[in-house]
Amino acid sequence: MSAVSADQITKKFGDVVAIDDISLSVQNGEFMVLLGPSGCGKTTFLRIIAGLEKQSTGDIVIGSEVVNDIPPRARGIAMVFQSYGLYPHFTIRDNIAFPLKTQRVPTAQIDTKVAWAAQLLGIQHLLTRRPRQLSGGERQRVALARALVRDPTVFLLDEPLSNLDAKLRASARSEIKQFQHRVGTTTIYVTHDQVEAMGMGDRIAVLDHGKLRQVGTPAAIYDDPADRFVATFVGTPPMNLVAWNGGHLGFRPEHFLPREMIENDGVTEFQFDISRSEYLGSERIVYGELAGLNSPQEVTAKLPAAHVPQEAIRPGERHAFAVRNSELHYFDKEGKRARRH
Amino acid sequence: MVAITEKTLLRGWRYQFVLDQPRILGALLLSPAILYILILVGLPFLLAIYYALSAYTIYNPSYHFVGLRNFTDVLQSDIFRRTLLNTFVFTIGSQILGLILGKFGALLLLRPFPGRKIVRALIVLPWAVPIALATVAWEWMFDSLYSVINWTLIALGVITRTNAPNWLGEPTLAMLCVIIVNAWRFFPFAIVIFLAGITAVPQDVLDAATVDGAGFWRRNYQIIVPMIAPIVTIGVIFGTVFTFTDLSIVYLLTNGGPVNATQVLGNLGFQIGIVSGDVAQGAAVSLFMLPVLFVLVILMLRFIRRREI
Repeated sequence: MSAVSADQITKKFGDVVAIDDISLSVQNGEFMVLLGPSGCGKTTFLRIIAGLEKQSTGDIVIGSEVVNDIPPRARGIAMVFQSYGLYPHFTIRDNIAFPLKTQRVPTAQIDTKVAWAAQLLGIQHLLTRRPRQLSGGERQRVALARALVRDPTVFLLDEPLSNLDAKLRASARSEIKQFQHRVGTTTIYVTHDQVEAMGMGDRIAVLDHGKLRQVGTPAAIYDDPADRFVATFVGTPPMNLVAWNGGHLGFRPEHFLPREMIENDGVTEFQFDISRSEYLGSERIVYGELAGLNSPQEVTAKLPAAHVPQEAIRPGERHAFAVRNSELHYFDKEGKRARRH
Repeated sequence: MVAITEKTLLRGWRYQFVLDQPRILGALLLSPAILYILILVGLPFLLAIYYALSAYTIYNPSYHFVGLRNFTDVLQSDIFRRTLLNTFVFTIGSQILGLILGKFGALLLLRPFPGRKIVRALIVLPWAVPIALATVAWEWMFDSLYSVINWTLIALGVITRTNAPNWLGEPTLAMLCVIIVNAWRFFPFAIVIFLAGITAVPQDVLDAATVDGAGFWRRNYQIIVPMIAPIVTIGVIFGTVFTFTDLSIVYLLTNGGPVNATQVLGNLGFQIGIVSGDVAQGAAVSLFMLPVLFVLVILMLRFIRRREI
């Protein structure tokens, strides 16, 4: 059963179409990630689900109810904001208790609920402090606790990790994921960070310019991108695209290997003129051009550093490289994937 | 060897960079302000204390020391006690009215509507218009014969010509009038303060409150108002200081009348000390502002310090 579904949602701000006919359904207990570059409409879409923004056309269904005209507080959602939106003049305890107080929950019950949420997130010792005395990671947990006490049907998270430093972000990522797993609440998570999306999402919905490009598991998004946008947006370095037959041929840098590293059957060979190489510890990124085509085509290769010694690949050299045919993707003129090559 | 030559060279240039030292530059830049305060505020203040302890009048300018007699005389006067009460009523009343108008105005101006920029520019007019001009205009509106307010109310059928209120002639109404005019002057300032405060509340916090189930009133009084309280408090303290010491509106509109119903400390001090020439008693009257202002200043300084921590 789907916990949340959006049916042909369109949102216009004046003449600008921010959300263009998106239909998406999120299953019960699922961790759905909305991924896209900044300005793609992912946050607007989340705000429409929350009820903070009203769609121009289309229906939002939460549980089994159409909630188009229902205010945010009655939608059974809880939201964590990018900068957390904690109330600076309240103590942490009052912050977490606030959603319960607005619902006129009896005080004794509020205390139990707050204690439970605080314990779940390990912030019991912070309850008497105020938000500005907390670190970024602690604030984020308070925001989660505040979202949790309402027993929401859906968690909506809007880039909750973007205010943390890189190291903290990695640990917070797994924390949120584990936490979601434990409470089992349906979650919609907005991010522009593909690492977060790949690492946390049960499924990923890729958005661009207000359009839904592809919905699928991380593996499907990565291995079977539906179009050129998804192919180049997900993956670092992005998928190589080579103009071919009026369309494009795509292959991942890590599948573009020296000819001798691949067995013989079913490969496509290229001549690779190497111009530059970066050593990143575990891997080596090699930049260069494909030779022997109508026009020179820039591509990248990502080689396992342990298997390809530095002396083997030097700038200025030409090497025979190859891609397994099963790893080649063909995109037509419009950028849609045509078929497995 | 090279290093030594460079050292001597630099020494010769040293005084060129005197102004780069924050201590010297800071003192230099602050000195005009400090001089201004010492000469135009500090000196008259000390002079006022001196006068208040003497029997100085403009007819008999002698510095004969009389102790606290001026203060005890003043305290025994009914007019003075009435004036003291009036000053509080005038100050508190106009601050509250100004704040209410300011809050409403700010909420209205936050909503987008056509012509909002023009309205935002026009709204500061009461503050920008010279106080004398504005008060004369108000005086005409409250005039016993030509009052445009009464004219409108009569035209609307709310009142009749026979029971039309005499705005500046009736004690309570006169107090109401000076309060209204002062609030009218203060409210653009309040609007600006509220606007600054409200727009500084992060959108995330407001959205969070909406999602958490706070309606309009709860969002206003549990989230926005506490969050903008610091900046509003500073505004109110300033407004209070200015109003408590002000005499211009009262002087121009009612001159303290009718029968001292709108008399305030500033105006009374002016009348006794300058108009009647009893400088010593005028100074004593004015110095009664000091304890109130002192408390306010302490409040303000504590407030600012707490914000810094």
